[in-house]
Amino acid sequence: MNRALSQRATPYWLTGPALLVFLGLVVIPLAMTVLLSFYDWGQYKGIVPEFTLKNFHEIFTDSYFFEIFLRTFRIAVLVTLFCMLIGVPEAYILNRMSPAWRGICLLAIIGPLLVSVVARTLGWALLLGSTGLVNQGLMAAGLIRAPLEFMFTETGVVVALIHVLIPFMILAVWASLQRLDPQIENAALSLGAGRLTIWRRVILPQIVPGMLSGGIIVFALAASAFASPAIIGGRRLKVASTLAYDEFLNTLNWPLGAAVAVLLLAALVAITVGSNRLIERRYAQVFE
Amino acid sequence: MRKNSPLALCFHALFVIFMLAPLLIVCVVAFTPEGYLSLPTRGPSLRWFKAIFDYPEFIRAFRDSLWLAALSSTVAIMLAVPAALAIARHRFPGREALTTLFMSPLMVPHVVLGIAFLRFFTQIGLSGTFLGLVLSHIIVVLPFALRLVLAASYGIDQRIEHAAISLGAGHATVFRRVTLPLILPGVVSGWLLAAINSFDEVTMTVFIASPATVTLPVRMFLYIQDNIDPLIAAVSACLIALTAGLLIALDRLFGLDRLFVGTGKG
Repeated sequence: MNRALSQRATPYWLTGPALLVFLGLVVIPLAMTVLLSFYDWGQYKGIVPEFTLKNFHEIFTDSYFFEIFLRTFRIAVLVTLFCMLIGVPEAYILNRMSPAWRGICLLAIIGPLLVSVVARTLGWALLLGSTGLVNQGLMAAGLIRAPLEFMFTETGVVVALIHVLIPFMILAVWASLQRLDPQIENAALSLGAGRLTIWRRVILPQIVPGMLSGGIIVFALAASAFASPAIIGGRRLKVASTLAYDEFLNTLNWPLGAAVAVLLLAALVAITVGSNRLIERRYAQVFE
Repeated sequence: MRKNSPLALCFHALFVIFMLAPLLIVCVVAFTPEGYLSLPTRGPSLRWFKAIFDYPEFIRAFRDSLWLAALSSTVAIMLAVPAALAIARHRFPGREALTTLFMSPLMVPHVVLGIAFLRFFTQIGLSGTFLGLVLSHIIVVLPFALRLVLAASYGIDQRIEHAAISLGAGHATVFRRVTLPLILPGVVSGWLLAAINSFDEVTMTVFIASPATVTLPVRMFLYIQDNIDPLIAAVSACLIALTAGLLIALDRLFGLDRLFVGTGKG
């Protein structure tokens, strides 16, 4: 009896330390942040621990905040779409390569994942600046006369974020491509299907779950990205995360910054959990 | 398997250029002999690499980043190994909830975590300390460590452990001589992935770093916010070269596809 009891307690002993750390360092800080978002704040009085809906009211009524959240959403959607458009064919091509070539190409595609986002975004700032290579190349080719403005624009932020996040899409799609039986493709071919039909009717339906789960990851990371929008977008082109940063470290209106963070978290959790549910229900048979 | 069409290979070549271009441009600009951002048309110069040593804050930040990565991933792996063993082999009430909790730092945006830690550490007097950085990094890298150890733990044949116990080995001996060697590949790759993620983390750290304790990516980010010059390109080029070296070593040791694609299956 005693032995059975200790057997049952084992998993709790094993997970206990990690659980304690997470309660102390995740649950409590997050709860404190949610609480903070309901506090009052004034230029001279600082943070006042009194319950108020002022911060949320301000965010929902001021068009300045609405614009920033809308921009964040727009950037995340664009980045997700482009990652799918480029990442899916790329994963397919990668999957058809010989293992030796694939290894080298994987280095080129996954490698940037390990380089700090700051260094990667700096590269885009150098490429996209008004005297950067992209503009010089386009002007030398006679395609444009004046340099295009990429820095401090949404286009620049979207390009940099696609570069940062597309490896996640490729890995997700590639994982589902590896489960695909190549004989099915051959069967379709032998039954007279064209390349396009095979893609549309045979391959695509099987990798849609991988695409969608990759899309959720990319969307969530794009919507909460910080370094790339901060460097490429600058202070003029704010997104939700850089807005929260400014409220915390420049304006020092912590309760308002906390409210922005809480809204961002709530929106992301709702969108990711919701779409996950939807995908799992719609594609239940693929996951089995 | 059929070959890729020429069109597909063109697409692929363009994509690889897209992926590598920003890294290459940083490395090329770093060799400029001029005092401003430009391509080294007059021949390469090491001027800006030498200049790094005149800015001890970069060197100090690099050292702090290494320590931070080593400490936080070590603690994370020590928490992750028992947790992974419990989750992989026991069915107990709260198992799903615990797994979700331990994986939650992947779901919660790092901006939100940064804000939460800033608030929390300010309240308990840890703000701007190295200990605060370590504690927060343990949380962010634990999911990576857990995922890889978990994947390794599912694969063990538990009869080997039972055999050891029936031969009279104690629990500690079984863990040290049987279980740990079996999950070691997962532990090592989990530690590495955790350390790399700790080293690269910038979004959360920018909130809790102070001038006294700052990591290299945060130092670089703050520098870029003020101005972009060949010096920061040189620092980034060093970082890129370091990562490239590490990457090739990792590929030789483990195989990159196992290290990263394997994570998706955990």
